[in-house]
Amino acid sequence: MKKLLLLFVVFQTLILLTASCVTNKEADVIRFWGMGVEGEAVGKLVAEFEKENPGVKVKVQMIPWTAAQEKLISAYASGNLPDVFQLGNTWIPQFKELDALEKLNGYVLDSKTISQDSYFPGIWETNVIQDGIYGIPWYIDTRVLFYRVDDLQKAGYSSAPASWKELYEVARKIKSIKSDKNKYPIFLPTNDWSVFVIFGMQAGADLLTNDYTYGHFNSPEFKRAVNYLLKFYKNGLTPKGFTAFNNIYQAMAEGYISMFISGPWNIKEMKKWMKGNLKDKWMTSPLPAADTNGIGVSLAGGSSIVMNSQSGNKHTAWKLIEFLSRPTIQLKFFRMVDDLPARREAWESPEIKRDKFIKAFFKQLNHVKPVPKVPEWERIAFSKIQKYMEYIVYEKMSVETALKKLDEEVNSVLEKRRWLIKHGRINE
Amino acid sequence: MNNKNLKYSAMLFLSPALLAIFAFFFLPVLAAFVMSFTDFDIYSLNHLWRVRFIGFENYKKLLDDPVFWKSLFNTFYYVIIAGPLSVIVSLCAALMLNSKLIKFKAIFRLTYFMPVVTTLVAVAIVWRFIYHPRFGLFNYLLGFLGIDPVDWLGDPDYAMPAIIIMTVWKNFGYNMIIFIAGLQNIPEYLYEAAILDGANKFQLFRNITLPMLAPTMLFVGIVTMIGFFQIFTEPYVMTQGGPLDSTLSIVLYMYREGFRWWNMGYSASIAFVLFIIIFLGTIIQFKFQKRIFG
Repeated sequence: MKKLLLLFVVFQTLILLTASCVTNKEADVIRFWGMGVEGEAVGKLVAEFEKENPGVKVKVQMIPWTAAQEKLISAYASGNLPDVFQLGNTWIPQFKELDALEKLNGYVLDSKTISQDSYFPGIWETNVIQDGIYGIPWYIDTRVLFYRVDDLQKAGYSSAPASWKELYEVARKIKSIKSDKNKYPIFLPTNDWSVFVIFGMQAGADLLTNDYTYGHFNSPEFKRAVNYLLKFYKNGLTPKGFTAFNNIYQAMAEGYISMFISGPWNIKEMKKWMKGNLKDKWMTSPLPAADTNGIGVSLAGGSSIVMNSQSGNKHTAWKLIEFLSRPTIQLKFFRMVDDLPARREAWESPEIKRDKFIKAFFKQLNHVKPVPKVPEWERIAFSKIQKYMEYIVYEKMSVETALKKLDEEVNSVLEKRRWLIKHGRINE
Repeated sequence: MNNKNLKYSAMLFLSPALLAIFAFFFLPVLAAFVMSFTDFDIYSLNHLWRVRFIGFENYKKLLDDPVFWKSLFNTFYYVIIAGPLSVIVSLCAALMLNSKLIKFKAIFRLTYFMPVVTTLVAVAIVWRFIYHPRFGLFNYLLGFLGIDPVDWLGDPDYAMPAIIIMTVWKNFGYNMIIFIAGLQNIPEYLYEAAILDGANKFQLFRNITLPMLAPTMLFVGIVTMIGFFQIFTEPYVMTQGGPLDSTLSIVLYMYREGFRWWNMGYSASIAFVLFIIIFLGTIIQFKFQKRIFG
């Protein structure tokens, strides 16, 4: 009897506990997932949102960048995606194909804070698939050239190279001046597909053809870009290994590297490492163009904010997206994490305008192009392009064979897509 | 109680465990087996009508996949070199610690065992510094011998040896403890008798220590082999399989195909190939065991 009583008490407590959980749910709870520092920053920003919207609670969870994609897809598979989350804009096609993303056209049409013309066209475009808007650009990432002003001056250049020809000449000159053979004019990482893709796009290459169903890397344009970059490796103008330096900033500060191509997150680090009399010894510049002197295209990268199509609270979820897209909030966000805001209004603020290192990004942002918007892109980029570019750089394969094989493998990756299109099983 | 009743009650007592094994082991394995004959991928995750049954296509593709062969080669390379090396290092350490000449044995034992209980991820990060081509401790020491600095983790030829050295260092402590236990079980009088007969140090080791340690050795060998075949975390943390896939192990490849690119069908077929390999390895070892002790 005593045992029964005890059991009864335990059950009662359990029921009470669950009941209290249920009452808690009556308040609007929005779950948000952000990656790395961005997630952390949102955690601090949402207090203001909660104050504006009494009764609404935002639960922010931070997920690490390195495992973000696996985590998000697993969450999707188990029905645990949050209401609103951050998504790298090259991942949008994948999640759109899963029907995980809410189409935002209607929301944008009715919105007072979000409209297409406040954003850079190239960046906005990464969120649009077949006229459907699936994400709102949050912050921007594009690649520009970081360089040591003094090294370029010693080589006889007062400004950054504006064409491929100039870039190569500058590199040759710097190499001939530096006595230490461990010092390199430029750092082009071998384990990064982006440099090859950027130069390919600059040369005018279409990476995938026929409605993104076939690889097109064995084209004269892409071949030209690869051959151009290969010259840097063959002539010792860039190191082959990726662990040769503790970090790129230290290598820049110590003069081991004179130029590298990377994104906006480097500005903060560069400022940290280039101290004292090195403070004015570096600059950023838009990427050089292939043939003429000018600005070459770069990647339209960055993250967007997206809404879960299964969210039970879409109205409030959209409010949160609008909140995070406000120019003032974007500025606050910029101050916290140094991510470049997606809203052009935010770029008008003096603190961004005054920063000479950010200027190059503004210029570059008018020359950006998205990568092919297919779910397979990430796989093609990371497991196929990267692999064959490594083969080429380490001279395990000729450019001709590597690109031919790359096309073959890409075609086999895209076989499913061709089949789906042929049989009308793709939602378009 | 008759026999039948006994059977039922036994089944009754076993049923919770059997149910759990069925639900969490046999069902998923069966599902994975079926999946390995489909092209289940990211397109199919939400739309089952996009799945195709493709028969043995995945397995055929696997045989044609150079990356798969590369990962298989890497795994065998790792097991064949790191396995015996790890056992030998453990044995040497155990012999030294078992010697009567050594003082402060407990401290040494603790020190050698420390890497085993340290988190692998933390160890891997420290070792990345040790392997650093310009500032690393390893190249610094090699410098004294007049050897040029090596880009340990960046050079395709040195990345696997680098991982092997690290795992041997990390794991030898565990086997060492088992060897010490084995050594302490060898009766002292065997040595005394042999010494009276005029045996030298090497003969003692060859004719007493080694044969008496054989069962321990076999246990250590099997456990090490099984563990090493499933190498995953070391390359995942230190090199992500690179450079040039030179440290891509079969489990890492399976993970990458399955959870990075969501080619679940293909990934499942890799899993079954790995299963067959380990199964064959175990059979060979059983036969081996029978020949020695049977």
